[in-house]
Amino acid sequence: MDEKRSEEIEQKQYIVVKLGSEQYGIDIQYVDNIVRMQRVTRVPKAQPYFKGVINIRGEVIPVMSLRIKFGLEPDEFKNATRILIIKIEPQAAIGMIVDEVKEVITLGEESIDKVSGGNDEKSLYLSGVGKQPNGLVSLLNIPAVVMERESAM
Amino acid sequence: MDVSQYLGIFIDETRGHLQELNEQILILEKEPENEDTINEIFRAAHSLKGMAGTMGYKRMQRLTHDMENVFSEIRNGKMKATPNLIDLLFRGLDALESYLDIIINTQDEGTEDNQDIIDGLQKVMEEGLGTAAPAAPAAPVSPAPEPAVQGKHLVLLEHELLAAQKAKEEGDNVFEITVFIQQSCILKAARAFLVFKALEEMGDIIKSVPEVQDIEDEKFEFDFSMILLTKKTQEEVRTAILNVSEIKDVAINLADFSTAQQTAPAGDVSAPAGEAPASQGAAAAAAAPAPAAKQAQAQAKAPAKAAVNRSVRVDIEKLDDLMNLVSELIIAKNGLASVNNDGEKTARDGSFNEQIEYLERVTTNLHQSVMKVRMVPIESVVNRFPRMIRDLSKKLGKKMDLYMTGEDTELDRTVIDEIGDPLMHLLRNAADHGLESNEERIRLGKQEVGSIFLDAYQEGNNVVIEVRDDGAGIDVEKVKQKALSKGTITEEQAEAMTDKEIIDLLFRPSFSTAEKISDVSGRGVGLDVVKTKIEALGGNIETKTTLGEGSNFIIRLPLTLAIIETLMVELGNEKYAIPLGSIETIEDIALSDVKYVQNKEVISLRGSVIPLIRLDQVLDVEHTDEEPTSLTVVIVKKGDKQAGLIVDNLIGQLEIVIKSIGKYINNSKLISGATILGDGEVALILDVNVLV
Repeated sequence: MDEKRSEEIEQKQYIVVKLGSEQYGIDIQYVDNIVRMQRVTRVPKAQPYFKGVINIRGEVIPVMSLRIKFGLEPDEFKNATRILIIKIEPQAAIGMIVDEVKEVITLGEESIDKVSGGNDEKSLYLSGVGKQPNGLVSLLNIPAVVMERESAM
Repeated sequence: MDVSQYLGIFIDETRGHLQELNEQILILEKEPENEDTINEIFRAAHSLKGMAGTMGYKRMQRLTHDMENVFSEIRNGKMKATPNLIDLLFRGLDALESYLDIIINTQDEGTEDNQDIIDGLQKVMEEGLGTAAPAAPAAPVSPAPEPAVQGKHLVLLEHELLAAQKAKEEGDNVFEITVFIQQSCILKAARAFLVFKALEEMGDIIKSVPEVQDIEDEKFEFDFSMILLTKKTQEEVRTAILNVSEIKDVAINLADFSTAQQTAPAGDVSAPAGEAPASQGAAAAAAAPAPAAKQAQAQAKAPAKAAVNRSVRVDIEKLDDLMNLVSELIIAKNGLASVNNDGEKTARDGSFNEQIEYLERVTTNLHQSVMKVRMVPIESVVNRFPRMIRDLSKKLGKKMDLYMTGEDTELDRTVIDEIGDPLMHLLRNAADHGLESNEERIRLGKQEVGSIFLDAYQEGNNVVIEVRDDGAGIDVEKVKQKALSKGTITEEQAEAMTDKEIIDLLFRPSFSTAEKISDVSGRGVGLDVVKTKIEALGGNIETKTTLGEGSNFIIRLPLTLAIIETLMVELGNEKYAIPLGSIETIEDIALSDVKYVQNKEVISLRGSVIPLIRLDQVLDVEHTDEEPTSLTVVIVKKGDKQAGLIVDNLIGQLEIVIKSIGKYINNSKLISGATILGDGEVALILDVNVLV
């Protein structure tokens, strides 16, 4: 019985990260690597939320600040600060700076609420809200976060 | 196994055959009686048909089949290669090429039937043969069976024997088949698979030597044998096998079981191979892979990218070189490690430096070898130009010839992929604007037929490609008038401009001197695009022209794009790389020597006035300290333009590997890429062409 149920309901794993006081979930299939904060080379004239580029094992990877992208306070780099290396397509990785990486959670479809049409900047980047014993987790729509909307240029 | 894994081979070979057909038909057009050419054409068309059939591309097969029929009639001397027919054949080739393009992208051939071409071919056949029956018997598809080929005799196990005997009693033929693959064949297993595939369509294979598994693993020499139970005749089987390319020969014998009766219809075996068995065999081969291809297509739907990876064929020697260098690299690493273990003593007596030098030598060689692997002869781009010039010649109604040299000059694969369009454009320009009409040429006392030259050669670290014509040359005065009327330049500017500068105007966006717009050229999107493209590849283009004698466009391209020499500079606490190729000199300028022209900072250097660019401001670098008393200025050039880049510090010259900074990040083109320095830090590469 149990086995059958788990096959039917789609289970997904999310990495829970913190930005300030909020918790965000990132679908684990996009996450290639998690690295400590390191020296970022600034790229002139880039979008403000791009902090620059870093070197991950010989690859040059652009790094964005989720805080700036979401309109939060600028990052303060602490010991817990991490860069999540996200891969949406092969050959095109991107780094995201977060305050802290907390844990990996598994969410079934039944514990995810779809977001209903908020129009502010941030809700565009969300795919849903996950319910957890210790609070809510905003699930990020990673492709939307990464892709530059043409109209915004 | 499904056919999709052979798609790569199929595409490579189809390209090869199409190119060959193009070249040979061009020859045929000039020498309609050349028998060798006709045979070559026939052979290529035949292989193409067989391959398309095996892969299940029916539309492609149908079209090649009809073209093949025409070739066959020409070969038999029943028809002549009329200009009309040649045109039709070229159209057919274009259609086949577009099938191939669709296949590359989707694994499927698409739905275009190209019925008009097929009808056209049929009509030509009917007219040519003077009969209304299009189903006239064609020539033998394969050369007469060679008695020299000796098949192997297979020993059957008991149950296999039983199966064979049973089949015989039911009236099937039992053939012992030995297939010989050409020694030059690269993927024997793939060929063998295609043979098996074709035969399985016709009947049952009850035994193969070596085993099927071993054949799949390429564990066999250049031949393999099998026992086939089939209702088809020997000729049909033979045709199906020979339809697979790179098969040298095949020996088919009726299996000899003393107990069973010989039921094989002897007439069929001795009868000359006619049209009917040939097409049936191919059609049978085509029928089965179709579902497989469909399945593959369904699988391929998930990734939206082109179904086939880009690949480079590499000479095994080049790979051996690489392997050697990598082993040397490991030795060098071990050497360094041992120096490190010995501690300071050896470090002082110089063996550390020795090891570093060794390492440097190895990496330089490694770099060169890897570059060689990436190199592709320019031939793969230029070989389609003769055909293009032929088409243009017809379209424009001018007689012209293309002469090419240096097709074996090698360029980096990335450059090869990009250079085709610019070259094509220059050739079109030469054909359309460059060459005068035939009447005009006769009037001017020139040879009636115009000549266009395409020469490629290596010059130092560059590859030079020249596109030359013996036409009218560029009329500087006309260009000047045009520029004035378009408002591109003012009267005063026009007075001051040299001829060279005026010719350079042609490379400005939306500037075309063509009197009338044709679909060949003259839309004004031409030369500027050519120039942009070439500059994007790190090259440049130069024009030489003599009025009345012709013009020459000279393209210079770097051998490779991946590694460049740069000057590392410091701005605040950031490091940037400036490509050495665009640097003229480095100057120390006293602050008092900076002058102002129209509120812009300039310096006067050896008689020329050079504008200054404060890099820290352009790049928004944070200011570190107050203005120093002298400025370090890197003088860079872009074409004839110069500019002085003010930097804080010079670090030194460095050979760097260019890496992309990804597509997500905006950089207003100031940054052409990034590189990783020795300490793991990332430095950005400035694009001087954008700055100046």
